[in-house]
Amino acid sequence: MTAIRGQAQPAAGLKASGTESDTVIIGLEVHCQLNTESKLFCGCSTDYRNDPPNTHVCPTCLGLPGSLPSMNRRAVEYALRVAKALNCQVAEEAEFARKNYFYPDLPKGFQITMYNLPLAEGGYLDIEGEEGEKRVRITRIHLEEDPGRLVHMGTPDRPRYTLVDYNRSGIPLIEIVTEPDLRSPKEARRLLNGLRTTLEYLGVFDGDREGSLRVDANISIPGSERVEVKNISSYKGVEKALTYEMTRQRNVIRRGQKVERETRHFVEARGVTTSARSKEQEHDYRYFTEPDLRPLQVRGWVEGIVLPELPAARRDRFMAQYGISPDHARTLCGELRLAEFFEEMAPCGNPPLAATWVADTLQGELNYREMEIGKVPPAHFRELLDLLQRRELTDKAAVEVLRQMLDQCVAGETVETPAQIMEKNTLGKTAGDAFTPVVREVIAECGDAVRDYRAGKGEALNFLVGQVMKRTRGRADPKELTRILKEELARGGT
Amino acid sequence: MARGETAGDPLNAFITLAEIPPRGPGRLSGITVAVKDNISTRGVETTCGSRILSGYVPPYDAHVVDLIRNEGALIPGKTNMDEFGMGSSTENSGFGPARNPRDPERVTGGSSGGSAAAVASGMARMALGSDTGGSIRCPAAFCGIVGLKPTYGRVSRYGLVAYANSLEQIGPMAANVSDCSLLMEVISRYDPRDSTMKDRPYLPRLNGDIKGMRIGIPAEFFGKGVDPAVTDRVRKAIGVLEGLGAVSVECAMPSMEYALAAYYVTCTSEASSNLARFDGVRYGPSPDIRKPWHEAFQEMRMQHFGPEVRRRILIGTFALSAGYYGKYYGKAQVARQHVREDYARLFRDVDLLAGPTMPTVAWKIGAKSDPLSMYLADILTVPANLAGVPAVSVPCGSVEGLPVGLQLTGRPFEDEQVMNAAFAYEQAVKA
Repeated sequence: MTAIRGQAQPAAGLKASGTESDTVIIGLEVHCQLNTESKLFCGCSTDYRNDPPNTHVCPTCLGLPGSLPSMNRRAVEYALRVAKALNCQVAEEAEFARKNYFYPDLPKGFQITMYNLPLAEGGYLDIEGEEGEKRVRITRIHLEEDPGRLVHMGTPDRPRYTLVDYNRSGIPLIEIVTEPDLRSPKEARRLLNGLRTTLEYLGVFDGDREGSLRVDANISIPGSERVEVKNISSYKGVEKALTYEMTRQRNVIRRGQKVERETRHFVEARGVTTSARSKEQEHDYRYFTEPDLRPLQVRGWVEGIVLPELPAARRDRFMAQYGISPDHARTLCGELRLAEFFEEMAPCGNPPLAATWVADTLQGELNYREMEIGKVPPAHFRELLDLLQRRELTDKAAVEVLRQMLDQCVAGETVETPAQIMEKNTLGKTAGDAFTPVVREVIAECGDAVRDYRAGKGEALNFLVGQVMKRTRGRADPKELTRILKEELARGGT
Repeated sequence: MARGETAGDPLNAFITLAEIPPRGPGRLSGITVAVKDNISTRGVETTCGSRILSGYVPPYDAHVVDLIRNEGALIPGKTNMDEFGMGSSTENSGFGPARNPRDPERVTGGSSGGSAAAVASGMARMALGSDTGGSIRCPAAFCGIVGLKPTYGRVSRYGLVAYANSLEQIGPMAANVSDCSLLMEVISRYDPRDSTMKDRPYLPRLNGDIKGMRIGIPAEFFGKGVDPAVTDRVRKAIGVLEGLGAVSVECAMPSMEYALAAYYVTCTSEASSNLARFDGVRYGPSPDIRKPWHEAFQEMRMQHFGPEVRRRILIGTFALSAGYYGKYYGKAQVARQHVREDYARLFRDVDLLAGPTMPTVAWKIGAKSDPLSMYLADILTVPANLAGVPAVSVPCGSVEGLPVGLQLTGRPFEDEQVMNAAFAYEQAVKA
């Protein structure tokens, strides 16, 4: 939650595109858990996800009376990397503040965050917008501690009691606030993807950790009040929540009613937002400087930070170094592990081939299986590329090999090498001539198509090639098959 | 109510009597050191004098507790105090008032009144107190012992249940300057867990030589509200220092006018935040879990916080509220800066400042019924906390049988010099 933020309004003088309600104005507050080894203000381990509740706790993250916070410098360093990568102005001095409110997951009755003096302000991130490349301004970046986690027992309608797990309490969070520069739910999602990629390149974030990302979004239709949507915790969720909320607000306006300024919760399971009845819960957080921590001198610190290669730079390098297409470069660099996987494949001698197979084919198959790239054995995939390049496998057969390989990965079986899979299923490319009998068979059985071809209808040939491919299960090269087909048809059999 | 009275503790100096054994032989071997009940002791109830923490047993030792136990100290128990340190008489304890060993009908001063009473009565040779706005020096003065509020950042606060973090320090109390100095030496060891601490351990230098030392006498310390009999005792004490070769210099501290207000706004603001954690979820008596959270928290806090604590939480919450922050908290910080600058200016010219610790001697239990007159009693002690400078109270005679304290204040991190001047005075009057 941020303190300073004006009403989301389009910049004066902007030409309204279409009717007013076509446009929507979105700004995000993104909270990401930094993947430091210990918590923000104590030495407890952050690797709590597979452990029982309240086992990664100490007096400090439990907020026991008398405990004190001590700064995890690594967390500051990580946040500064992000600030630098997002082109922000880093403050000379940043300062922690207390945000006071009661909630059972907040063991001290206040959250240590930053208020008047955040780490950084005024940066930007370029994304692919609805109308080409778009620069989204970053308002500010600050560090804060995560509260604990509540587990409600019973059903949502009849909660019986609530348990508190403080394992999460004190995990370092970075809050990144954007200006209201986003104009569609899709742009919001792209911004999130862009942030995720950047943070992963910086080595400060693990997007696969459950609950590592939480988003609050401010969304309004021009001329109407803005609504804050809280509780969004996934990339898909952002687009879903904002699309729902955009439609809801448009409907309210269409009915001649007013959009109320309020806070709404996104209910992920139902894909809707519900009113949090904000009026009566209007908070006064009574911020003041955290007296137990010293101000952080960050300007000099950030100057000494050397950033790794970031997504945009890597994209340019991939195109220059490997001669791959801009689209492939964008896809590959859009995810750190995908880019790294590709670079492992690139020495295969044919980087554009590797790019196609990693960015298009492999990505598609992974998405279908909801599988992570990290589970694919690189040596196996490189072998597959070798077989393709040596033309021992047709494209179609290679896909079949890949699928079997991935299925074995998913099933947790021993993964066979592409050569083994090829062997077992006799998927290896066979010289086209070996299929001459099949070609003849097809010509014999598809009299209509043959007549059409001879009558000059060229497309009939495609049908015949398809029939042969089907019967040879893709083991032959389609070009070669076409040649044999033409020869056989010319020979005038049947 | 007063737990101690039934356990051979007629002064109600202790909330909990518990023999916490030493961990090793050292400079405090064979010495009993009583510990104020807002300093965490592993396995021994730590209540801060509040009912809201009854039953709370910390799972860890405060840094200072570690240090004294490692040096061989035996802790005879946890001493009585004003609830969370909020008071100047130890009457605001949730466990009954402590009584002054010189006159059991009178207050010990506070908030570290139990520690002072334990030392003055001989129940413990030394004690740890904490000083947010005079809470070590006031009871030291009222009970006739020595108490030092160290420079801010010289003693780790890790394990001290916070009342007003930016003002308070743990400090030593003892019957004489040497003991007080020894305890200070032990507890000033660096602790990285307190980010506001500096690694500048106290190295005692008690040689009694104050020849040529320049001592400032701020007029404001002898002004309205200060009992002339107390003034008289303190002036005589300054005369003794002059007799030892010190030079006294009349001076002024104009920021004193705002010091008390700045102090109360700052400490109540910080307290309102610090005390938010006492919601019954983790310690103390349980709230009624059938009620909605906020209702349950509210009810539980209403019942178990004492009236002075509730008053200060309300004042502090108000002072930090949107729309009032600039008017109160913001202004208090400006005034605080003026106090710091006043000290810095004075300390360019003088080495120490001298004056009374308290404007009066110990009053009768129950005599100060309105909170404001109690707050006014802190006027001479709060400036040192606002500026973070070291200040000691050393006994300088009595008025009608009740002890008077001489307060000596020094430059930041010159606790050694402050203690040496106190030592010089003590040795001179003893002789």
